Amino acid sequence: MSSVEHASAVGGARSGPGLAALLKVELLLALRKRADIANPLLFFVTVLALLPLGVGPEPELLARLAPGMIWVMALLATLLSQESLFRSDFEDGTLEQQALAPQPLYFAVLIKAAVHWLVTGLPLALLSPMLGLMLNLPAAGYLCLLVSLLLGTASMSLIGAVGAALTVALRRPGLLLALIVMPLYVPVLIFGTGAVQAAIDGYVFAPQLAILAALLAAAAALAPLAAAGAIRISLDN
Amino acid sequence: MLATSESPYLLQVRDLSCQRDGRQLFAGLSFALSAGSAVQIGGANGAGKTTLLRTLIGSAGDYSGQILWRGRQFPASLPQFRESLLYIGHRAGVRGGLTPLENLTWYGADREAAMQALEQVDLFGFEDSLCQHLSAGQNRRVALARLFLTATPPLWILDEPLAALDVAGVAALQGQMAVHLSRGGAMVFTSHQPVALAGLQRVELADYAVDEFAQSAGGEHVFG
Repeated sequence: MSSVEHASAVGGARSGPGLAALLKVELLLALRKRADIANPLLFFVTVLALLPLGVGPEPELLARLAPGMIWVMALLATLLSQESLFRSDFEDGTLEQQALAPQPLYFAVLIKAAVHWLVTGLPLALLSPMLGLMLNLPAAGYLCLLVSLLLGTASMSLIGAVGAALTVALRRPGLLLALIVMPLYVPVLIFGTGAVQAAIDGYVFAPQLAILAALLAAAAALAPLAAAGAIRISLDN
Repeated sequence: MLATSESPYLLQVRDLSCQRDGRQLFAGLSFALSAGSAVQIGGANGAGKTTLLRTLIGSAGDYSGQILWRGRQFPASLPQFRESLLYIGHRAGVRGGLTPLENLTWYGADREAAMQALEQVDLFGFEDSLCQHLSAGQNRRVALARLFLTATPPLWILDEPLAALDVAGVAALQGQMAVHLSRGGAMVFTSHQPVALAGLQRVELADYAVDEFAQSAGGEHVFG
């Protein structure tokens, strides 16, 4: 009798949340921390608003700088918000429980990165045309800027998760996370700015976007694996 | 195959020794846990209680000896083992940004069962407050409410479950432990307090401590 009871218990209480439920909980948690959502966006907007004060207000100069500056600032804003990705889950023991759960850690990481993108990368990308306007971005570049940022920030959320997982056990990761993650962002940055520049100059930009999409596909497949491994190492200390 | 490999014991530990940061914590530890029994791990601070529990759940790889789940050795049996495991560690696994009710449903409980469990740990009325606004003791109770769900996995591994609880909380938890054992469950836990339970074995880690002096004289000591 008791073993039967427990057999059903295994299915009932231990199966844990499905992917949809996991996504819902992570989104709920992210939306409850409004400051964490607002800060990277404010950083992004503020720094780009300061740019004309630094380099001067000549429209031609700003137009030349716009694609690169918007991309670099999007990269920094993503990076700044990444440090806290696993921190609270690590400190309250949720990561430990997830590492013990029958479901692979891979999906938990994938969903964390997806939610990070939904609350950081997606709004950054949607804000970018407004900032393009402020920086006198030529009209031909807007669509490409938006699409390249949508693809690129998603890759960066995934790649950054690996760095966040590696540094989660450190009390003060500080610049270490940036040093680990920045070199990995380089291909995304090169093809992102390259696509926007090509669009402005009137060339085809589809190949660059295709490469960005390929980078995203590779990151979605591989980054959660690496991050899950890094989490297990961090938990073992 | 299933029938022949069935062991009378759920969990068996044979000649286990653990180390942490190059220091041998204990050696030669053996015990066996059958359905309806419990093991209480005792020992001074730093004796390796938490390390032992983390080794038992398969999270710490730095051990020698054998751990068997239903007669099959780790790590081959680890997936089946984890499906039957409820672990509450030093870090409770309660998310501050969720309410107690949401925390319990995250662990797979349905609303009805979660409400009942919360009532039993004396958190009725707090089910919709965020856990970050509750006290440390109340957060501990949210974690322990998982033990009061109607259907729990058969093996409980609990790190200091009685810490930070008041007198009534300790009594309620001991009652629930007895219920779990009477249902045919098994349990390994650490505690400094004496616990009265039928079928309880006590393991003192001090009895398995490694003589540091003998170890270094033997030339095996690792500095670090």
